[in-house]
Formats: sequence, C-alpha cells, structure tokens
Amino acid sequence: MIDKSIVGKEYPPFTVEVEKRWVRSFAEALGESSPIYSDEAAAKAAGYRSLPAPPSFPFAIIMEANQSFMILDELGIDKRRAMHAEQGFAWHADLCAGDTVTGRQKVIDVYDKKNGALEFLVTEIRLDNQRGEHVCDLRTTVVVRN
Amino acid sequence: MVRFSDINIGDAIPPLVKPAVSHLQLALYAGAGADHNPIHVDEEAAKAGGLPGIIAHGMLAMGFLGQLLTQWVPQRQIRGFSARFVAMGFPGDVITCTGKVAGKREEGGEKLVDLEIAAQNQKGENIQLGKATVALP
Repeated sequence: MIDKSIVGKEYPPFTVEVEKRWVRSFAEALGESSPIYSDEAAAKAAGYRSLPAPPSFPFAIIMEANQSFMILDELGIDKRRAMHAEQGFAWHADLCAGDTVTGRQKVIDVYDKKNGALEFLVTEIRLDNQRGEHVCDLRTTVVVRN
Repeated sequence: MVRFSDINIGDAIPPLVKPAVSHLQLALYAGAGADHNPIHVDEEAAKAGGLPGIIAHGMLAMGFLGQLLTQWVPQRQIRGFSARFVAMGFPGDVITCTGKVAGKREEGGEKLVDLEIAAQNQKGENIQLGKATVALP
C-alpha cells in the first residue's frame, strides 16, 4: 500500500528549457499540420513570441524532468503496474519555444478502490516561466494495480 | 471566428479524425514526449508487462484532444482540458476526437464555454473522456 503520509509532500523545483527543436518534434509526433508549431514566422504572425508549445506539451516537460517516475521509484512501485489514469491542464499564459520553465510538484491525494487492489496517486505540478508568469498547472492521476 | 453568442448548449464542435496510429508515430512520441517506457515501442517488453502487445501512449491521444481544440479556436483561448484514460489505444487505431458544448458561463470578465470531449477508436469505443474550457469573444 502507498504510505498516505506522502500526501502534502512538496518536491524541490526543477527547471526545463523548451527548445525550438523540441516543440517542432512534438508537433510532428502528433501529426500537427498547423504551421504555427513549426514555422517561426507563422507563429509570430499569430501573435506568439516563438513557436507555441501544443496544449498537452507540459506533460512532456514533466516527463523530461522525471517528475512522474521519480515518485513511483520513491514509493517502490513497479512502473509496469502503474498506468496514467487521468490528466488535466489548466492554462494561464503562453508557453513558447525559448522559454525556461520552473516546476514544483506536490502530492495531492492517495486513495484506493476495490479493497486496495487499485491505488491512486494524485499529484499537481505548477509551471512558471522565466518572466515569473504562472503558465500552467498539471494534475496527474496514476493508478497502481496491486 | 467562433463567437460566444453563436454557440449553444448541445452544439457539436468540428470533429478531428486522425490517420491510423503507426509504430513510427509511437517512436516519435516516445522521443518528443520524453516517455521512454518500452511498452510503447517494444512488443516483447509490452507482453512481459502483461499487455496484449504494444500500446499507444495515453498522452498521444490526449495530444489529439488538444488538436481538436486548437483546430476550433486559437490555442491562447484554451483555459484548460482534462481526460480520463478509460481504455488503451493500439497501433493501427484510427482515433476520432469529438466535443460537445455542455455549458456557457461568464467568469472573471471572460465568456467561457465548457465542453465534453472524447477520443474514440474505429470500433466506436471510448479511449478517453474529458472536459475542456475555452474562452470566446
């Protein structure tokens, strides 16, 4: 069972640089055809300072920073038994290529269903950019099959 | 331009039908999404983990839900979106994303539209069910 005392735990901040090439390759992987995600001139014409990161990109940032697997490792959970169950993004400001974001993760909840056969770990990560703007909040639920 | 006054509860937004998910796409997403879990690219590893075979990244289909929104309104108007991953996706799946207006409200000086969104496979099974909120002029 996941030790419920982890609820409320806050992790040290992490910093990730959002490189232009990364935004392009992410958009390519999604099969994105809009030029604003690959062509800087198109992005600027649409009012962005550089290529905007697509709406689900912040999850790639937290994976790059190993924030999801880090907690599973800390809790001694076999990653093959863990699955992403729910994901939310709350957007507050643009995220563009060239930005450097700082993230802070906190454990929000731990609960179980089916007498502990399924355990759920809920975490939130806040992302701020190099300008001190609050960019995005991510809420992630991982289910562990015991 | 999509305007708040033109939107009614129950309206469907334009659907997004994606080309079939390919192994190449999963490899590209593993890199770009920084998710190197072998169950998305290595058949043997997926089976060793008790899966029927390679499964698609949940965040790939959620990326498609993001595209559903950005093909409808400029990305800057998205206030948030979320999804529950209710079934696995597999290579070869043809995923269709849909959205329906569930509510309209004004908050913090913004005109907001709440949507129910879904990603379904070619069998009509829901892979992801979620919600989104966008601001409209």
